[in-house]
Order: sequence, then structure tokens, then C-alpha cells
Amino acid sequence: MVLRDGLVVQSVRFKHTNVIHWKSATAVDFFDRWAADEIVVLDVSPGMKKREKFYQVLEELAGKCFVPLTVGGWVDSVAEIRRLLHLGADKVSLNTAVVRNPELLPEAAGIFGSQCMVVSIDVKDHQGKGYEVYIDRGREPTGLCPFAWARRVQEMGAGEIFLNCIDRDGYRQGYDLRLLRGVVETVSIPVIAMGGVFSWQHLVDGILLGGAEAVAAANIFHYTEHSTKKAKNYLAEAGIEVRQVSSGNHKFKDRAGSKVF
Amino acid sequence: MIAIIDYGAGNLLSVVNAFKALGCPTRVTHDRAELARSRAIVLPGVGAFGAGMAKLRSLDLIGPLGEEVLEKGKPYLGICLGLQFLVQESLEHGCHQGLGWLPGTVQPILPSDPRFRVPHMGWNDVQVVRPCPLFSGLGEAPVFYFVHSFQVKLAPEAADRVTANCWHGTEIVAAVQWGKIFGVQFHPEKSQWFGLKLLSNFIRLTGEGDAYAQETPDSGFGAARWFGGAECQI
Repeated sequence: MVLRDGLVVQSVRFKHTNVIHWKSATAVDFFDRWAADEIVVLDVSPGMKKREKFYQVLEELAGKCFVPLTVGGWVDSVAEIRRLLHLGADKVSLNTAVVRNPELLPEAAGIFGSQCMVVSIDVKDHQGKGYEVYIDRGREPTGLCPFAWARRVQEMGAGEIFLNCIDRDGYRQGYDLRLLRGVVETVSIPVIAMGGVFSWQHLVDGILLGGAEAVAAANIFHYTEHSTKKAKNYLAEAGIEVRQVSSGNHKFKDRAGSKVF
Repeated sequence: MIAIIDYGAGNLLSVVNAFKALGCPTRVTHDRAELARSRAIVLPGVGAFGAGMAKLRSLDLIGPLGEEVLEKGKPYLGICLGLQFLVQESLEHGCHQGLGWLPGTVQPILPSDPRFRVPHMGWNDVQVVRPCPLFSGLGEAPVFYFVHSFQVKLAPEAADRVTANCWHGTEIVAAVQWGKIFGVQFHPEKSQWFGLKLLSNFIRLTGEGDAYAQETPDSGFGAARWFGGAECQI
């Protein structure tokens, strides 16, 4: 879930224009019913001005989220990490701050544990001239090689890598499998693939061809009815082990006893 | 009221939120008088073993915990680190002393196959190997969310206290139980309906659920949303 000023927005090559949901807690409600395995919330607001609004939204959706919740965007200090955890995050995702302040990640991992530290890596493909890590919401080049950087953040205490390809984001072409494979082979911690999913086959490719431990998507999950459930059925048919929730075995009712689904 | 012990560790609020969704009153505390008043104790936690035990020690909670749980027989649920604390010592970043209620040690996860990555992070099937009230209504292979790099290894004489295992390139103890002491390696507060059902089983064991059911007779638990009233139909 990509949030700008507390609203869920669409992300296309890291530009965030269309609002998808005014109430993000509603989206969490649906994903909860559709058996999503994990939710990642990223604050892509242009500044910290409306951060209070983000905190409010986060607290509300954390109360409805009974799967792991990772929160990222504008996380730049131990105090900020603590604040997000106190609002209900289970893990935090760091990106820009890891590049700018090399001491933050080891320090935070020492306090909260590596399992709490997701490092998000945004990569730009310079078409034939190699890959480069970008920070500050895809705006600032760093000169870092994503493979070396992935190895480095693992050494610094990252527990997971959330890998996003800027050129693929919202571009409906599937993950950058060459990049994904390369990072997966470089590190021993789990890698989550992100960016570019437009069909469920893209998810299968991310796991079988890219070697990702988990596959993530944003836009498509918001636009499709029963999205995460359908995606998991597709993965299961492709022979991938997923947490299956067959609606035949479960009957869920709301408080009043009427059927929710 | 169920006491959730606050010793500065990770995702406390997730545990509070889960109990809240089930309609069970909790208190986040590190005060021994509160522990004495509570009907049950939950020790959640992600983080490092050594730092966690040091914090429990500096809050002077180790004595009171033993008193409430071992002597008075108060139900105890240890989640993740709360399970690992039960054994004698941990080899996570040096050697650290645990509560020692359970003969065994905490050791690094060493999968036989490198395809199994460490930390063991994600959903995994859990095999229930011995009947346990915590797993009642969950079937033989429920799915739970795990996140850990170290695992509990029990001494042979305590092997019968294991109630569930899982596989991550090596066999991992997923749950233990003896008397009213329960420990789970996974995170029920983050395991959706299986997790909420497990927590509601724990609430029922404490008697806290009965008190709540009397207050709101029509809905039983707040868990009604997931379990369609009093009974889970999983």
C-alpha cells in the first residue's frame, strides 16, 4: 500500500498521482479477508508536513491487521523506528537513511533485531549501462551497485530485502528478473520482489525464475476483486507452496451473523 | 484481565490489538502488583535473547514470574522470545541464562539445505504432534507466521512437552506445553484466523473469556467476526 498524505495512491515509475482509496483501513479489511500474507505500507508523501496524518492512518490500520505489517518511508532514526513500532508496525523498512547514515542500520538491528529491519532497495536500469541504486523516492542517484549494496546491507544487519525496480514500477511488464536473480544469489537473507506485476504469471516468474522468497505488488491488488486470493490460487496451481485458504473450509460471519463472504 | 509483559521488546501493540479484536481485556505492564492481579500472563517478544533477559532482570520480574506461574499456577503464554526464555540458556550472541523452567537450550537454526534461508521468516505449516488445548479446533496442520533465527532444542527428558513442530530445513519446535504453561515459536497475533483462534483458546483457558461472554451473551467473543459466533468452523 503506497500512501501519500494518508491516502492510498497508485504508483507509476515512482510518480504518485491517482488516489485509489480514501480510507486505507478499508483496504486492509479486504486484504485481511482475501488472505494476504503480509502488508507493506510505504509513506511516499513529498515531505514530513502531513506525517501526523500518516501516524493516525497507521494506527487505525494496524488495529485491523493480523498479518505482519511492514512500514516504510521517512524512517531516519531509532526514535522514528520506535514510534512506528509503538503504532503497531511489526517491521520497518529503511532506504534513504541507510545510504546517508551508515550507522543507523547496525544500531537499529542491535536494538530491535534484524528480523525487524527490512531494507528497501530501489534500482534504476540504465539500459545496457548497468544498474544503479537510487534513494529519496527514486530521485537521487547514489552510484551504488545493487548487488554490492545488497551484500553490504546484509552485513549491516538487514533481515530482509525489499527490491524494487524503478523502471518497472507500475509498468505492467513483470519484475526485472535479471536484477532479482542477481540479488537473490548475492545474499542469504530473504528477498521480496516488487514492481511491475500485471498478471498472476508475473508472480510465478518472480518465484520460479527470479528466486524471490516472496512476491509483492501494489496497484493490481487494489484494482482486482478477491485479488490476493486469486493470486494465491494461481500460484498454487503453478505448484508453488502458498498459505491456502479455501473458502469451502472456512465460514466467516460478522458480528450480526450475516455472511461476510 | 490478562497481563502482557512490557519489557521494551518489539511488537507489543500487535499482541494487544489481537486480544482487543477478541474482546479480551489486557493490561500492558511490568508492575508485579499488576501481575499478581492478572488471571494470566502473556510474554510476547521479538528481539535479542540476551537483551530481553537483561531487561526482565533489571525490571525485577524473574522472581515474580516464577511465583505467579510456577507456584500459583497462573496460565502463561510465551510468544517467540517468550518461549525461548523458558529454557536454561541461549547461545544467541554469546551464552545467556534463561528462566530455566524447561531443560534445553536455544541454538541457531542450521538448515540442512541452503534453500532454506535464515532468518526463518514467513508462513509455515505446523504439525500438531500431541493434543493440546491451545490447538483445539485448528486441525492437524494449521499455518502460522514465523520470524526467528534461533530455535529451542529440548533435552531428551523434556521431549514429551513438545506439542507441535515445523520444518525449515531442520525440525523446529513450534510449541510446548506442560500444565498451564504454553510457549509458541510462531506469532499467533500475526497469523490471521489460525492465530486469533489459538489466542481465543488461550483466553478460554484462563477463564477470562467466560467473564467476557457473560457481559455480552449474544456474541461470545469479539472473535465472532472470524469464527461465526462461539465456535470456530475451521
